[in-house]
Amino acid sequence: MTTARLNLLLLVAVAVVGAAGLLLGETALSGGQLALGLAHPASPPGEVLWAIRAPRTAAALVVGAALGLAGAVMQGLLRNPLADPGVLGVSGGAGLGAALAISLGLAGLPGAIEGSALAAALVTGAALTLLAARFREPETLILFGVALSAFAGALTSLVFNFSPSPVTLAEVFAWLLGSVANRDWSDIARELPALTVGVGLCAYASRGLVMLTLGDETAALSGLPMTRLRAAAVAGASLLTGASVAMAGIVGFVGLAAPHLVRAGAGGDPGRVLLPSALAGAALLAAADLAARVIPTDLELKLGVVTALFGAPLFALIAWRAARSWRT
Amino acid sequence: MTPLVALTDAWVRRGDRPVLEAASLSVAAGEVVGVVGANGAGKTTLLRAALGLAHLAAGRAELQGRDVRSLSEPERAARAAYLPQERRAGWNMAAWRIVSLGAFTSPPAEARRRAAGALARVGLSALADRGVLDMSGGERARVLIARLLATRAPLLVADEPAAGLDPDAQLLALELFREEAQRGAGVLLTLHDLGLAARFCDRLAVLHAGRIVAEGPPREALSPQVLAQAFGLDGGLQDTPAGPVLAARRPS
Repeated sequence: MTTARLNLLLLVAVAVVGAAGLLLGETALSGGQLALGLAHPASPPGEVLWAIRAPRTAAALVVGAALGLAGAVMQGLLRNPLADPGVLGVSGGAGLGAALAISLGLAGLPGAIEGSALAAALVTGAALTLLAARFREPETLILFGVALSAFAGALTSLVFNFSPSPVTLAEVFAWLLGSVANRDWSDIARELPALTVGVGLCAYASRGLVMLTLGDETAALSGLPMTRLRAAAVAGASLLTGASVAMAGIVGFVGLAAPHLVRAGAGGDPGRVLLPSALAGAALLAAADLAARVIPTDLELKLGVVTALFGAPLFALIAWRAARSWRT
Repeated sequence: MTPLVALTDAWVRRGDRPVLEAASLSVAAGEVVGVVGANGAGKTTLLRAALGLAHLAAGRAELQGRDVRSLSEPERAARAAYLPQERRAGWNMAAWRIVSLGAFTSPPAEARRRAAGALARVGLSALADRGVLDMSGGERARVLIARLLATRAPLLVADEPAAGLDPDAQLLALELFREEAQRGAGVLLTLHDLGLAARFCDRLAVLHAGRIVAEGPPREALSPQVLAQAFGLDGGLQDTPAGPVLAARRPS
């Protein structure tokens, strides 16, 4: 399969899942109501479609695409099939930012949690970008990432520790589980600048990711400005991850699994895998959100729970099948 | 004429320990220069130092007369290309794609053409579409040699290009480097097979414990005294119809 056909196929999948996200939900709508709602956004069924389901579906698609892309960039940069958008600690940093905002009682301020999460992600991302420009070996970056991640986790625990009430604690916890429920268009618009810059940086870095296939030293002598490209990859992936966590909390597995789903179709090329990974991530996360909505439970399933619940076995299956192609 | 690469009195340290001491070596256009020495003698360090990949504690490394540290990445790539010892391929990309990375600044059609040409030279045209991780180690090593050739850089630096290759492929690889020298390139490589080194290199530098202990035409550089000092071997080069071979044994 060519990469173009793979992308087309994934685009169709995104369209199908997106349409399903609009048509299916907790409130069952008849054919007549759907027609009315689609034609008249101001009607009651129209409200459900355009003010509730559409932004929620769009948020799932955007977050899924950002995580899929960030995961593919991280795997390419670190040449490690186990890397995911959170491997270097950006998710942990963003989660800490959100936990801090909630426990400080800022949840009522519109955009405060999201802004705090993104700001913390940016600080983490900036530190990592500097490290990526300084150190050539992926192992070094991974070790720093593990340390940053653990540190952010410890600080988040500290926030729990000093949390004024169990209610706040539950709030932080619920937020960290990840969800795109009750998102409106402004929630998406707020993250658009970070997402746009992130996508641009990742696109710029893609040539470097391909060259890194040959190892750091060959890449260093290839003529590409590898220091800049590595920094761009880390900064881009950090922006995408930070914006995703700000929009939807910590949603696992999508960023890890999406690149693996499409890698063979992209000829193993870490540059060509970027776009299909983004599309696969969008379709996967929108599908997971759909599952969270339509599976009848007393309390709605959290998105991060669904992705891990379905994602982990699926990922094990992919790993099983892909193990051959990773072997060196 | 300015040499393609010149290492002058270069020192490299790992921690407090010097791993390359006062090394001077240059390669001119049309020349194949081999670096030989026992394991840990500093061969890879010498190559890395010449290319600016290892930090020099003292001395100079120049590519075409310019200090390697002052060169931008594209300038350095326009002067030298490198095949590291570690035959790394992170992902299972098709062989032709890997080879075409050597010509990535060319338009895609031209890069693909050059990749096909280089793969043909290493005898792997039939495997052009195979993923490099689905290949044997020796096949992958040949793909990476083809990538080096596809760069068409004026200086080709290869660390153990013959390692892991079957006897026929070893001879082929070294013949290809000679061809490159004939077209005017300089070639700097490390080799463990002293017979091959004597046969295919114009000059040899013998490293022992971080120092160049002999340098010159193969027969002079690999004298029995040097073999004893650098390798601890008793013997010397002997002529055969196919070229010189090493006849040596460990002293009893």
